[in-house]
Amino acid sequence: MGDTIMMSVPELQIIDVNSMTTILGGPENEMVGILVTMNSDVRGMLLFLLEKDFVCLLLNVLLNKSINDFTDISEMDMSVIMEIGNVLAGSYVSAIATMTDLDIRLSTPQVAIDMVGAILNYPAAYFGVMDDNLLFIEENFLSEENIIRSHLLIMPEPDSLSLIFESLGMSS
Amino acid sequence: MSNLVVGISDQKVAGPPDTLTTYALGSCVCICLYDNLRRIGGLAHILLPKAFGDVSGRNVYKFADTAIEELVRGMIKQGSAHLHLTAKIAGGANMFISDEKSIGDRNVETVMQELQRLRIRIVAQDTGANYGRTAIFNTQDGSLTVKTLGRGNKVI
Repeated sequence: MGDTIMMSVPELQIIDVNSMTTILGGPENEMVGILVTMNSDVRGMLLFLLEKDFVCLLLNVLLNKSINDFTDISEMDMSVIMEIGNVLAGSYVSAIATMTDLDIRLSTPQVAIDMVGAILNYPAAYFGVMDDNLLFIEENFLSEENIIRSHLLIMPEPDSLSLIFESLGMSS
Repeated sequence: MSNLVVGISDQKVAGPPDTLTTYALGSCVCICLYDNLRRIGGLAHILLPKAFGDVSGRNVYKFADTAIEELVRGMIKQGSAHLHLTAKIAGGANMFISDEKSIGDRNVETVMQELQRLRIRIVAQDTGANYGRTAIFNTQDGSLTVKTLGRGNKVI
């Protein structure tokens, strides 16, 4: 604790699920997926995809442990991961809410630790209905020793996306 | 021998000694059809249960109710007889808890209905639960290997 962690400027892409899986280290790469749904004015979902190493590092620092995989993951670890999701989602969403003056409420996070391809089936199925492309944000967290990549998928429902654009004074 | 990879909303037909692999099925379902007599195997990887809107081009492969029929057609074109086909299915997991009926469950249900409608018997399945699966279909003997992360591998 006490380390300074910096965040890089996020990179934003709109890509299809198959290319996204490649960027994320291949379909069978084990990742931690944290899903948060947005309700009220803006509806949709946020999916954070975190590298396994990053999550282990966070758990080790926060809970004073020394794990390097998820074979013995505890209830406590899971609730810490959910809380990480809450904090991350909260910071993104409050930024959007402040800029747009819209009310956005977040659900309790849900966690899946599995093959990234399998995790991505969820948004793909949910939004594959409308479009095969997803909005993808990649961000680097830099501490003194490590560079850790974090990935976020933001998927507002089409109506909500128009509403965000309108609130920002842009026409979609 | 070559290993042919089948992506999401895709399908392929092959024969010995080739294998057909599809990676990381979550709520998606893979349908493996096998003609034991001619030794022809076909694998379809579907994303959603029912087709709606534009079902032209590759979209045919996306939905259970259009993809399976298309796979049967592809296998017959390679010399299979409809009567000889049997099916093995895998996937349809529920990766996140949902209040509504999960997409994985609905995918499995529609795949089973569709196979019944086409009079193709399901001889083995590994579906549901909450974890990802990679499926490797051997066209030599029609065996399907299901691999998971931390939950072992099995051959069905």
